[in-house]
Amino acid sequence: MSDSRPVPLLTLRGIGKSFLGVRVLDGVDLDVAPGEVHAVVGENGAGKSTLMKIVSGGYAPDGGTVEFAGATRTFRGPRDAQRAGIGIIHQEFNLLPERTVAENVYLGHEPVRRGLVDRREMLDRTTRLLASIGETTLPADARVGQLGVAQQQVVEIAKALALDARLLIMDEPTAALADHEVELLYGLVRRLQERGIGLLYVSHRLAEVFDLSGRITVLKDGRRVTTVDTADTTADELVRHMVGRELSSYYPDRAAPEDRGPVRLNLRDAGNRKLRDVNLQLRAGEVLGIGGLQGSGRSALARAIFGVSPFTTGDVTLDDRPVRLRSPRTAMRAGIAYVTEDRKGEGIVPRQSVLDNALLASRAVFAARSGRAARTVRVRELLAAVEVRGAGDDQEIRFLSGGNQQKVVLARWLALNPRILLFDEPTRGIDVGAKSAIHDLVRRLARDGAAVLMISSDLPELLGMSDRIVVMRDGHVAGELPAGATEEEVVALAVGTVREPVQ
Amino acid sequence: MSALSLLPARRPVPGVFVALTLTLTIGWLVVLFDGGQLFNQSTTVSLLHVAAGLGLVAVGQTLVILGGSLDLSVAYVISLSTLVAAETMNGSDGAVLPAIGLVLVVSAGVGLLNGLLVTRFRVNAFIATLGVGLLLKGYLDNGYDGPAGATAPSLVQSLGYQRVGPVPVSFLLLIVVTAAAWFALSRTRFGHHLVAVGGDPEVARLSGVRNDRVLVTAHVLCSMCAGLAGIYLASRLGSGAPRVGTEGLYDLESIAAVVIGGTALAGGRGGVIGTVGGVLLLASIDAIFNQLEVDAFFKQVIRGVIIIAAVAVYARRAMRKAA
Repeated sequence: MSDSRPVPLLTLRGIGKSFLGVRVLDGVDLDVAPGEVHAVVGENGAGKSTLMKIVSGGYAPDGGTVEFAGATRTFRGPRDAQRAGIGIIHQEFNLLPERTVAENVYLGHEPVRRGLVDRREMLDRTTRLLASIGETTLPADARVGQLGVAQQQVVEIAKALALDARLLIMDEPTAALADHEVELLYGLVRRLQERGIGLLYVSHRLAEVFDLSGRITVLKDGRRVTTVDTADTTADELVRHMVGRELSSYYPDRAAPEDRGPVRLNLRDAGNRKLRDVNLQLRAGEVLGIGGLQGSGRSALARAIFGVSPFTTGDVTLDDRPVRLRSPRTAMRAGIAYVTEDRKGEGIVPRQSVLDNALLASRAVFAARSGRAARTVRVRELLAAVEVRGAGDDQEIRFLSGGNQQKVVLARWLALNPRILLFDEPTRGIDVGAKSAIHDLVRRLARDGAAVLMISSDLPELLGMSDRIVVMRDGHVAGELPAGATEEEVVALAVGTVREPVQ
Repeated sequence: MSALSLLPARRPVPGVFVALTLTLTIGWLVVLFDGGQLFNQSTTVSLLHVAAGLGLVAVGQTLVILGGSLDLSVAYVISLSTLVAAETMNGSDGAVLPAIGLVLVVSAGVGLLNGLLVTRFRVNAFIATLGVGLLLKGYLDNGYDGPAGATAPSLVQSLGYQRVGPVPVSFLLLIVVTAAAWFALSRTRFGHHLVAVGGDPEVARLSGVRNDRVLVTAHVLCSMCAGLAGIYLASRLGSGAPRVGTEGLYDLESIAAVVIGGTALAGGRGGVIGTVGGVLLLASIDAIFNQLEVDAFFKQVIRGVIIIAAVAVYARRAMRKAA
């Protein structure tokens, strides 16, 4: 299939890997040519991360061979692979925020003169390196913690290049980037390509994969499903390979008019430091989508309702009774649940078990000694109901995939029998399969009478899931759209190119 | 931004020096009002002596804390070192160098033990160094009831009491050690790697840093600093003192000085210059209260308040930075 291509830089043949007897990778073949962007897609748990770790020396494969630059290699660790010329850029940056760009780039191999670190040389080399990838505005002596996410990513790339990387692995490089920053990354990727660097590009966002890659390899359940030339395939086809399901069947049916119940939550002229004059009604049985740009007050709204940073002005009524939601604890007792945007930071306790994570909220808020056993039983049932896969209940949650972690977080809130659920980017960084499972679950909750408020930056998701959409801008409600609105309408309201419709 | 980025590694002078200036000014005025004189020869000298002893320990402590570790055994290392020094010298000027050498070897050994426990055996630094400290305490309590040995007169005269103007030789030693530590942190690979290990051990490891080696080195250097402090105290006291380290609260005070000096207790941020500022601040408060003849217990209360206030200020700053 790829016979006409130049000699591959990296060739994987029959790579296999098991953890504790569970086969994670099985006979995976893959090759990357110099200057090629080779995308790897698949659900979470399909084995992408494990494969990348094998290439970058994090794990040793149980079977198969890794051939790099014409020689069969067995890497003893990440350092070994780095020395050989394989760099990896993780989803979470491996940078020290307190140190300068240059100190980060040359960490571990600082230029030395007469036994001492040559600071000037280090700065010069870093500046040149940054310039070579088109980054001329970033000072080499700036503290990394002061940089934006996109610039930090540039530093990461420079760090890999400082080790003469010829193969660069990018693991979800755009997950943390804003839209305009993604464009910058595209430019960067192309420049790396021109230098003859091979790229392994792991991403959930199919749009990027189509924009950047030359070939795409699809993994499913640890096996390679297929490798296709990007030009010869479509998004639908890829998704079918990944999950065996059509793109259009993603979203469950919306609520019928008769399913919509009474107003559960009513905000009148509510505001705080980040919000002003928010008027909003949330009904039982509906999914209310919240759109808007990053920083438009979407999360601030959820956090205010949940009492994290409460409203300071206006009135809030819950089931027609005025309430003051002063803290998450009062909000939980009032039957409100909040699935946060930052799963790693605010959603899970990484080193606690799945069960402990799922029990966290019920234990904290309803701490009665009695019924402990019953509670545990119930949470176990919920965990099974949300289909947390591939894990025992007493496994530490950090070992689970993002999708499964999110399901545990959901189970935690469901255990409280909430009447109002706030979802902030519930499917961010989650693979397609888990995504649609979560969509189904959200809809099922609404159908069972819960009032759901869902924030999403993913427009197809927002449009596909919501019964109504409220768009935020600059801390207030910019407008409301009915189900069946178009992406253009949402964006227009979010950026403020249209007059606000009268509510 | 541009002015800031010109001096990135040399961060803005830690607030501790502002606090120090304020404290000295206010202290000077209050003492003046009280009819005394804060900056006369004898108070300045004693202030610097206090600072020298604590400073030597605190500079070493800075290294381990920067690396994300901690050393609670320093107080016992100090006591042990005074004894090793005084008993080896036994009043003879000829034995000064061997005694100093032996102290450094013994303290380095303790540091090595600390370091290996923390790295190889993955014992939490707090527990590991506390355990080693208790081990030393057992040895000291068993073998000694009171002062033992005799420091060589030449060392007592030089390191113990000699001074250049109002500045004791011991304080000059502190300056030299601080300069060496500063240099090591900013100009050697070890220093860069140490701060990296403290900032994020995983990042450091993935960048090719040998975390364990770096951390063990830091622990050895820390203990050796405590050993130096022990030699200094032996030359002050004229003999070995089995409780001088713990009675001087050198373990907790050194950590307090490091934290007041702006080094993050979690590691990865800070430096020795700030630590010296913290030491001087603590010593100044001591000096001022001595002048005012404030009750010793009340003095402790004030110190406690200052330590908490300092940490609160740093925490607020960090919060503002994050926001």
